[in-house]
Amino acid sequence: MSKKEDHVVNKVETTGYEWDGIKELNNPLPRWWLYVFYTTILFAICYAVYYPAIPLIERNTEGLSNYSSRKELENEMAAVKSSHATMLELIKTMDVSDIQSDPKLARFAAAGGASNFKVYCSQCHGSGAQGGVGYPNLNDDDWLWGGSINQIETTIRHGIRYEADEDTRYSEMPAFGRDQILSEEQIIAVANYVCSLSGLEHEESVIALGAMVFTENCSSCHGDDGKGINEVGAPNLADKLWLYDKSKKAILSQIINPQHGIMPAWGNRLGDIIVKELAVYVHGLGGGE
Amino acid sequence: MNNIGIKDIEQFDAEPVNRYDKQQPLYVSRKKIYPKRINGIFRRFKWIVMLITLSIYYVTPWLRWDRGEFSPNQAVLVDLYHRRFYFFWIEIWPQEFYYIASLLIMAALGLFMVTSSIGRAWCGYTCPQTVWVDLFLLIERFIEGDRNKRMRLDKEAISPTKIVKKISKHIVWLLIAVATGGAWILYFADAPTLLLKVLNGSASIVAYGTIAVLTFTTYSLGGLMREQVCTYMCPWPRIQAAMLDENSLTVTYNNWRGEPRSRHSKIHKPISASDNIPVSRGDCVDCNACVAVCPMGIDIRDGQQLECITCALCIDACDKVMEKLGKPKGLISYSTLANYKQNMKLAFDNINSELVHEHKEILKPKFKHTTISTILQQPRTIIYFAIWVLIGFTMLIMLTTRSHLKINVLHDRNPVSVRLSDGSIRNGYTVKILNMIPKHRTFTLTVNDFIDGEIIMPQKKNDRFHKISLNVKPDSLLAQRLFIIANPKRNKVVERKFRFQIQDNTSSESAEYTATFSYR
Repeated sequence: MSKKEDHVVNKVETTGYEWDGIKELNNPLPRWWLYVFYTTILFAICYAVYYPAIPLIERNTEGLSNYSSRKELENEMAAVKSSHATMLELIKTMDVSDIQSDPKLARFAAAGGASNFKVYCSQCHGSGAQGGVGYPNLNDDDWLWGGSINQIETTIRHGIRYEADEDTRYSEMPAFGRDQILSEEQIIAVANYVCSLSGLEHEESVIALGAMVFTENCSSCHGDDGKGINEVGAPNLADKLWLYDKSKKAILSQIINPQHGIMPAWGNRLGDIIVKELAVYVHGLGGGE
Repeated sequence: MNNIGIKDIEQFDAEPVNRYDKQQPLYVSRKKIYPKRINGIFRRFKWIVMLITLSIYYVTPWLRWDRGEFSPNQAVLVDLYHRRFYFFWIEIWPQEFYYIASLLIMAALGLFMVTSSIGRAWCGYTCPQTVWVDLFLLIERFIEGDRNKRMRLDKEAISPTKIVKKISKHIVWLLIAVATGGAWILYFADAPTLLLKVLNGSASIVAYGTIAVLTFTTYSLGGLMREQVCTYMCPWPRIQAAMLDENSLTVTYNNWRGEPRSRHSKIHKPISASDNIPVSRGDCVDCNACVAVCPMGIDIRDGQQLECITCALCIDACDKVMEKLGKPKGLISYSTLANYKQNMKLAFDNINSELVHEHKEILKPKFKHTTISTILQQPRTIIYFAIWVLIGFTMLIMLTTRSHLKINVLHDRNPVSVRLSDGSIRNGYTVKILNMIPKHRTFTLTVNDFIDGEIIMPQKKNDRFHKISLNVKPDSLLAQRLFIIANPKRNKVVERKFRFQIQDNTSSESAEYTATFSYR
């Protein structure tokens, strides 16, 4: 320890150390700074007493304020819920088509629908409802079971081919190949005919046979013109959109051994309000009829 | 005039509170300063500046400006809730905040320019701290009297008159502080309405909180802490050291003519050990008037100091004394360090007033006096001014030619595009139209550079348009969702650019946005 000395110029005591001729003045802290420092200490003590702060073995001290962020969240959630109560009550009592014609209510329902869609529907239909192979795109104007808002609501409420729900939408396409309903020649012909309906590449020579097979076996569900029938969930074969694949191979495979999509019934699980909100949201994506 | 001798000049028993060579230990409590009242041209100038700045502050929120029925009619209003800033005929939206930013840059540059040329004029005349301290001192002087009376009052034992004086002073200070805080909040809402609300207790907690905070700061900074704010708290005096040079104006004690100071008409004092020539006294009569009037509690004769805010009251005080003595004014004067050094050198051989004076009332012509034109001719001042004018001019041009109509388009991202059953491609957009004037306007929206692109409105899906008409409310934003539908491309084009254009149906004002259409 070197000697503490007064600095020549300022007559201020130095710390007593020297680094390559550089000495440090031992000026005291500014008083205002010191008081602010003491105040922060005082504040910290008050804070620790008032709020939960000190960790103990089991849990932390409660604090005088009895505050917890969990409680705060609960309160805030309750406040939000109560502020939504009147709107939700309206949605519960009104028909979806009436909800939709009220702009304010429709906006509220669509917002609720959007967030519920992300939770319950996006796994299959995609986060933007753009669908995928085997899962319908809900933005477009092609609907298997109908695109009016009431039809959409029914689909969400009861699902499709969902056995646990008695009112579920149900239809099944016969396995024309697997069950040997049609011969191989007939199947190839009708596949070519289906391709021709939407202008896909096809063999002209078998079209006449294909048309005949279609009228006899397919038109009862898909319609005489192949434009599909919503009541039985039979897809429109004459448009440019395909649930699975537009290649001839995929069409053939669908005729021989058809795939059927399943959608859960959400009515019991999510309740009336959320189902209606989802219907409004899905209908508003751009394809609703 | 010549009859007045040195003995007739009152000498003040004033010690500078802040003095470099007698620095107090840092924990010694503050010594109170009792600035004496002085009259003179700088004091008069300060009164005028104070009147102007305070009027601007207190009166501005009450000025009205008619903007029609859809916008507030307050001339200067920072409408945080609606995100608008009004300044007389100018209305600024948040996305035009760069005007404010450039205004702040101009303010900073202006401050640099002023500081580098005329020194700490901001500190001495216009800084709110200086102005409010001046106002508080005015009150103090009015209630408690001038310097000597105040000093006596503070030393006195407690008496009813003392209590009455002290309490009434603090009440008036607090009233001013409340008015200061109260005026501040009026800039953020309609002044008459808000004032009424504040008075009947229905204003928001933020309003009362702001008033309370500003009352506290005004009262404590302006009334209680005063010069300590400048000396200890304000960073600006430190920064200024970097901005002043030897050509900047500072308040200077011209010791080349003042020294040796004396209360006696003749002194016999050796200048150095080697020459024992008797010299006559300098111009300074050591009356301490400059110390007594100083609101910062310094002695300007100690030279340049951080504490000096260049309020020039010591100049007024000294000039008065010089006038009485029939000597040339400007013993303490605004001067540059360069001039001071030259004069010092001229008078250096031995500082002797006989060498400095031509005769009693006139200094020898060789001494330089700083004039404002030499200051303004400094290259640094000119460069600062040029940049300042450039920014100001650019802003002015931008402001006068700016558009009151803007369009922004958000392209749907998920999904980017949708294929429809007839094979066509649909893209969704949110078109945002900003009608930045307080009038209803109708716009025509068209799609340009996109021959087969057609507009579909979400409400009427079966109709396709080439142009649509949109009504936008006054001074607001319309967010309109719509679809563009187009035929698919056979080749592998994945996207194309096109333009949304909006045109005001009544005026020719229009705006465009280049958007992308995706075929993916």
